[in-house]
Amino acid sequence: MEKSRPMSEVNIPYAIRAYSPEALKAALRKMILIRKFEEGAEDCYTRGLIHGTMHLSIGQEASAVGSCMSLSDEDKITSTHRGHGHCIAKNADLGKMFAEFFGKDTGYCRGRGGSMHIADVAKGNLGANGIVGGGLPIAVGAALSAKRLGTGAVTICFFGDGANNEGAFHEALNMAAVWKLPVVFVCENNKYGMSTSTERSTAVKNIAERAAAYSMPGVTVDGNDFSAVSEAVDTAVTHARAGNGPSLVENLTYRWRGHSKSDRNRYRTKEEISDWMERDPILQMTELLLSHKVISEAEVETLQAETTQVIKDAIEFAAASPAPEIEDAIRFVYNEGTAA
Amino acid sequence: MSADSREELRELSYAEAIREAMDIALGRDERVILMGEDIGVYGGAFQVTGNLVEKYGTDRVMDTPISELGGAGVAVGAALTGLRPIFEFQFSDFAALAMEQIVNQAAKIRYMLGGAVSVPLVMRFPAGSGTGAAAQHSQSLEAWFGHVPGLKVIQPSTPEDAKGMLLAALEDPDPVMIFEHKILYKMKGHVPEGYYTTPIGKAAIRRPGTDVSIVATSLMVHKALAAAETLAGEGIDVEVIDLRTVRPMDRETILASVRKTGKLICVYEGVKTLGVGAEISAMVAESDAFDFLEAPILRLGGAESPIPYNPELEKAVVPQVPDILEAARNIAKGRV
Repeated sequence: MEKSRPMSEVNIPYAIRAYSPEALKAALRKMILIRKFEEGAEDCYTRGLIHGTMHLSIGQEASAVGSCMSLSDEDKITSTHRGHGHCIAKNADLGKMFAEFFGKDTGYCRGRGGSMHIADVAKGNLGANGIVGGGLPIAVGAALSAKRLGTGAVTICFFGDGANNEGAFHEALNMAAVWKLPVVFVCENNKYGMSTSTERSTAVKNIAERAAAYSMPGVTVDGNDFSAVSEAVDTAVTHARAGNGPSLVENLTYRWRGHSKSDRNRYRTKEEISDWMERDPILQMTELLLSHKVISEAEVETLQAETTQVIKDAIEFAAASPAPEIEDAIRFVYNEGTAA
Repeated sequence: MSADSREELRELSYAEAIREAMDIALGRDERVILMGEDIGVYGGAFQVTGNLVEKYGTDRVMDTPISELGGAGVAVGAALTGLRPIFEFQFSDFAALAMEQIVNQAAKIRYMLGGAVSVPLVMRFPAGSGTGAAAQHSQSLEAWFGHVPGLKVIQPSTPEDAKGMLLAALEDPDPVMIFEHKILYKMKGHVPEGYYTTPIGKAAIRRPGTDVSIVATSLMVHKALAAAETLAGEGIDVEVIDLRTVRPMDRETILASVRKTGKLICVYEGVKTLGVGAEISAMVAESDAFDFLEAPILRLGGAESPIPYNPELEKAVVPQVPDILEAARNIAKGRV
């Protein structure tokens, strides 16, 4: 595509201009890791190795990784029930993630949280959330801490299209704007809150239009286009870091799998799913990097093999890990050594 | 006059004691912030924050929009990331708007994350009836919160405890919910100067006695003490225990008292059914103290009703001193 034309600066996508080849390769690697992590989790679930439920983000990898490009470990994120990709984008340890899915003592939550509650505070990940919209005010609180303590950190608040109709959305965005806090609200609009489409649930066409109600910038981008996502979120992060307050970025994307393990896909057509699968964010990212000679075909092959091994090792670590002690079932409700 | 005797004489109102605790906390720890509706120049709906905004500024004494859910969630997020927020609900009833953040988030985050984090959050709830504010501004909801593992729930009944327990709550790494009865705000009492803490999880014996144990909470402690004075004149020696902490409950103090007197009355303002007294009664019934009981346990709690507006009706739906007198006379004379 781009190769047939002379490359003026204008025609070079943002991501190619903004990031080093190493950073771009690392981003592609993370996207592949997310895909394979989700596939590995699904496989383990099917084989009965993981119980409960889980919400897979296959198809949404560009949104997770593109949004976190300009964050450091000091910067925070809050995540959602569909949060595995966010964890990996924020540099989570895959062995500890799988161990948590397996309910093991070596997992991120020592087997207490499971898929919906993984956090990695050292990496700035304040945690997934089982409540739709639950993370929105918490992200504003993290931004308040950053401002008050002068850390310079920015918080990215991931939420889905479903959360945009929760009262917490209104209250959180309003407070963030009133107090001009360093937070970026990233809406991953995958078209459905469980089975209910945004057309049926949301009065505005684009969720980013709602930014106007809070006098903050709002932009809607192709959430499967890594470059578009990273450009929009980087702009918002820069805005926040400069003390100019919050923004709302809407990433239009799609989950290939059902809402959770109980979904029979009765609310959408096979054609719609296959149309979106043709817009595979990983394929698009790979083509972008190949066409700009950031990566070679051979390197892509190596990356595929290497990530497959990483996932395999992570699952093996989880399977071999010890379970928590039954006697410790109510440990961690309170801090030890305090009245409880 | 010596410094010691001046100290003995110093009296503050319950509201002033809380304000003094927050003033001390703001002064000694930069991480402490106050958040709530109209707590700045207005001074709080019950003038508890008073003029603290003049001393510490609007960055640390923060008026929030009327957004209880969002405000509570901001406080949770701030507590998770290095601040020590004290969040004031204007009325405890408004906590219903914020239960998601309190029950699903604040109470559970530490456990869900396997102990990786703490939520050092203090929330203050002006509670109770007696102000003519009717059904949506008068409830006693502490039992709701007491039902949630992960929360600590306290009900100081004196100015001294109001200060000491708030400072203890700030030292506690877990979320502490403080229920303050609005009628107590103007009550005066001795309050020590300076920094001190009053432990969470310990009941206080306000009046030792040998005939009947009364375990009371918050404002009901004072009603129980008034009743005990009258009963003493009738030869009934009542022990009045101020529960102070709903969760974790001080089992030992209550059981020891019941073993001594053999008679137990629980007095609390929240709705009687499934309330704090139900838990106290069940705890005694499940323990060895049950064998010491000489009469059935009595509970005096709020009526199975919202709080009415009319002042006489309002009094009728929560325990009053004559109700306590009658219950104590009956139980002491074996009439129950």
